[in-house]
Amino acid sequence: MNPIYKKRLRTNRIALVLSLTAMAVGMAFLAWILTVLMLRGFGSLSVAMFTQTTPPPGSEGGLINAIVGSLMMVGFATFIATPIGILAGIYLAEFGSKGWLAPLTRFFNDIMLSAPSIVIGLFIYTVYVFNVKHFSGWAGTLALSLLAVPVVVRTTENMLKLVPNSLREAAIALGAPMWKVVLLVTLRAAKSGVMTGILLAVARISGETAPLLFTALNNQFWSLDMNAPMANLPTVIFQFAMSPYENWQDLAWGGALIITLAVLGLNTFARVAMRQPKTN
Amino acid sequence: MKPATVPARGEGVALTEEQILRALKNQRRQDFFFHKLTLFFAGGVFLTLTAILVSLLIGAWPVVNGFGWNFLVSSEWDPVQDKFGAMNAIFGTVVTSVIALGIAIPVSFGIAIFLTELCPAWLKQPLGTAVELLAGIPSIIYGMWGLFVFAPLFAEHIQPALTASLGNVPGLGMLFHGAPMGIGMLCAGLILSVMVIPFIASVMRDVFEIVPPMFKESAYGLGATTWEVVWNVVLPYTKTGVVGGIMLGLGRALGETMAVTFVIGNAHQINASLFAPGTSIASTLANEFAEASSDLHIASLISLGLLLFVITFIVLAIAKILLLRMAKNEGTRT
Repeated sequence: MNPIYKKRLRTNRIALVLSLTAMAVGMAFLAWILTVLMLRGFGSLSVAMFTQTTPPPGSEGGLINAIVGSLMMVGFATFIATPIGILAGIYLAEFGSKGWLAPLTRFFNDIMLSAPSIVIGLFIYTVYVFNVKHFSGWAGTLALSLLAVPVVVRTTENMLKLVPNSLREAAIALGAPMWKVVLLVTLRAAKSGVMTGILLAVARISGETAPLLFTALNNQFWSLDMNAPMANLPTVIFQFAMSPYENWQDLAWGGALIITLAVLGLNTFARVAMRQPKTN
Repeated sequence: MKPATVPARGEGVALTEEQILRALKNQRRQDFFFHKLTLFFAGGVFLTLTAILVSLLIGAWPVVNGFGWNFLVSSEWDPVQDKFGAMNAIFGTVVTSVIALGIAIPVSFGIAIFLTELCPAWLKQPLGTAVELLAGIPSIIYGMWGLFVFAPLFAEHIQPALTASLGNVPGLGMLFHGAPMGIGMLCAGLILSVMVIPFIASVMRDVFEIVPPMFKESAYGLGATTWEVVWNVVLPYTKTGVVGGIMLGLGRALGETMAVTFVIGNAHQINASLFAPGTSIASTLANEFAEASSDLHIASLISLGLLLFVITFIVLAIAKILLLRMAKNEGTRT
């Protein structure tokens, strides 16, 4: 065989083996992380975790206040972010073909999508916490909703743009005003996609820790008061994992498992929902 | 001839001209309102980013005013004496991000090649989803895994090996000296690379997939190997998109908080050794902000946040522009 040809084949083989190795390494890390999480997480799951509040050092307890706090903040944040995100997305998709505002908003929105979440926390601190002089569940909610809005805007716009123009034209030809065209025709056609966006936004914010550190802070006790510092899973995990107490670390692993299962579950569910063929 | 048997459409609800005009006017008013409502929220999204910049700038003003540019170059960080400089944190952020990208770029490239060129069709979907799952895992999980599982292994096996081998290379050696503690700059960089690989890999895969099959087939038809097709056809065609994906990963790496905070060691120092603990902008914020008491300390931390935001803004803006240009070319080049 001609030596040049041989060399080319060798290069090719080396490159492909390296590529395969890269893939294998990536998958190995995913498997490693998930296995460790499952082993340590399931090992520390207990009934007490869902019935008792976070313990002081040295005694036993659970995570119920943190779980409820996280649920409340994520719930309220989704509630705030969804209408804002959908309306802004509608503007970008339906009215955004001309003018300077739409392209610029789209650009800024995409940057917000990957902006460091800790800066969002800092922002809420300077405009809200600093002025009311105390950490609170509402501040955490605000920070989380700021993180959720860009996700909803992005998916709403993308999904609305997938709706064929003939649908819009048909509705307009019947004399429907634009708001009816959007709300009753295009938004309805894009419904499953928009729902997916909301689910992805929920998945994104439920695992966020950094923006909660100095907005919601933490609370060792059972509290449903959104105007007071509020316990939440990510901050509790952070605090407990960094602590020297064994039972705190166990609780942190349990909490980590709960969060990961929730986030990955939501992600997978959203993807499956999006892939489903439309029935009509 | 009049079709008398067929009733005219809308008979019985015939509108006078006046009613039609009123209905139209109503619709126009509703539409005006609807348009302005959506515009209001879109404008809100637009203004948020400006508001973040302005509010951070106001919060950072005592530092900008007091220390000026000195804040950026001073490496003194002493909350007790109220002296603050950002150099340690900037150094840590840059070093960990460089390590992370140095590892993540080749690995992501390999993964993207595998997913687009080598992978059998039935495996594409599950493996692609797995990569995206890796991106979906909350960063605090990476941090915990790094602290409890990776760092001990790293200290016991990898660090001594690195000191023994690379530690003796002149010049390069000083990077790998010091006590093998596990946690430190190198460990943080490695964990960060595991975190950004899925982001970069999925962007690379997406841009590789838009290369027209005709290009690749022509090259294969001329007898090119898979590697030659990737290196000479796919990569030149997608280079803007690839760089965009890398910038996106860089943006993530710079601003990542939790994963880094767990393993970087949180020491305000600059050390030549990569084994030494350090600090990054985001981890300084996470560790100190809730406990900061003096006004100047808070203002310094806000300045760090502002700095981080401005840097990531620039990096992400470049990423976005490159990816947009890539998408635009897709339409014109066939």
